[in-house]
Amino acid sequence: MTFVSEGAKLSGPLAAGSEIGFAEPSMASVSDYIALLKPRVMSLVIFTALVGLAVAPGHLHPVTAFTALLCIAVGAGGSGALNMWYDADIDAIMTRTSRRPVPMGRVKPGEALAFGLTLSGFSVMTLGLLVNWVAGALLAFTIFFYVVIYTMWLKRSTPQNIVIGGAAGAFPPMVGWAAVTGSLSLEPILLFLIIFFWTPPHFWALSLYRMQDYARAGVPMLPVVAGEVSTRWQILLYTLLLVPLGIAPWALGFAGLLYGAVASVTGAIMLLLAAQVLRERAPAERASRNLFAFSILYLFLLFAVLLVERGWGGLLARLAT
Amino acid sequence: MDEPRKDDDRNDGVVLTEAQKRARRSRSIAIALALAALVILFYVMTLVKGPGVLVRPI
Repeated sequence: MTFVSEGAKLSGPLAAGSEIGFAEPSMASVSDYIALLKPRVMSLVIFTALVGLAVAPGHLHPVTAFTALLCIAVGAGGSGALNMWYDADIDAIMTRTSRRPVPMGRVKPGEALAFGLTLSGFSVMTLGLLVNWVAGALLAFTIFFYVVIYTMWLKRSTPQNIVIGGAAGAFPPMVGWAAVTGSLSLEPILLFLIIFFWTPPHFWALSLYRMQDYARAGVPMLPVVAGEVSTRWQILLYTLLLVPLGIAPWALGFAGLLYGAVASVTGAIMLLLAAQVLRERAPAERASRNLFAFSILYLFLLFAVLLVERGWGGLLARLAT
Repeated sequence: MDEPRKDDDRNDGVVLTEAQKRARRSRSIAIALALAALVILFYVMTLVKGPGVLVRPI
């Protein structure tokens, strides 16, 4: 039985074999399989999940906390592999993704699919069995949302793809919180909203200077469909929504003064950069690149300060228990 | 009974090259390590949970 993504055009010496159905032995190395996990995305998922886990009230044994993080990381990796299986055709066209293992022909589509399904299944079941089923169910929903709702449906059909699909990347702190408490409340939802509204300015800034790549692959990113000017306005609009949400944990008393100060200062810089993106016109792309780069630092700082203020003491206490 | 098709290369089976053997070996080791890690994880978590491992409120 073979699984080949419809319309996928692969390159590399193994691609010819897989297209005619000849069972060429795999040349995939362990590093190819690690690449399928999208390690950089996984590191952000682990970090945000750790914050969700650390700021949650209640006690969790350090080994259980480690298990929860491991399951969330493996689940994220599994969904990354499933994304690469399904998107092999457009990955092959785009410069940024053309060297991924599936379009390069080092890992066959069926192998990526089996790998992704195995990791996803094991991560959900392990999290449910060893930690709790609320967290397990949330992780399963996150994987489903990323693979089916975003990758298979939204990404190729609407310029709002990363707005709605961004929810998948926003779930990890909720899963981390649920791993400790077995439930959800306003605080993890606020963390979810921060990442949710951070995603559009972050990715649209990238897509502004990768527009040709997306257009060639037929991915309806906002700049390709609605044009650059509209995208620059929407970046500013979403940043205007994001900044107050970033400050909200302090305003609502979930975070301390340090968080409030960092969120205010970095939020002001985000707004400034978004305004620069609005004023910028192609072919200049410096403002877009600056916003893209700073947005990563912005999210990291918000969550890092939250971890230091709210979670660090609790985390150390748990490790000492 | 039919004579075997000696002229057909496919009857020789798939012969792996050295590079393919190395790749397969590294994948096999990775799978073994992952399985061992899973076993250890479940064992340690069983110790951590103690008797509570059987308490599963719905």
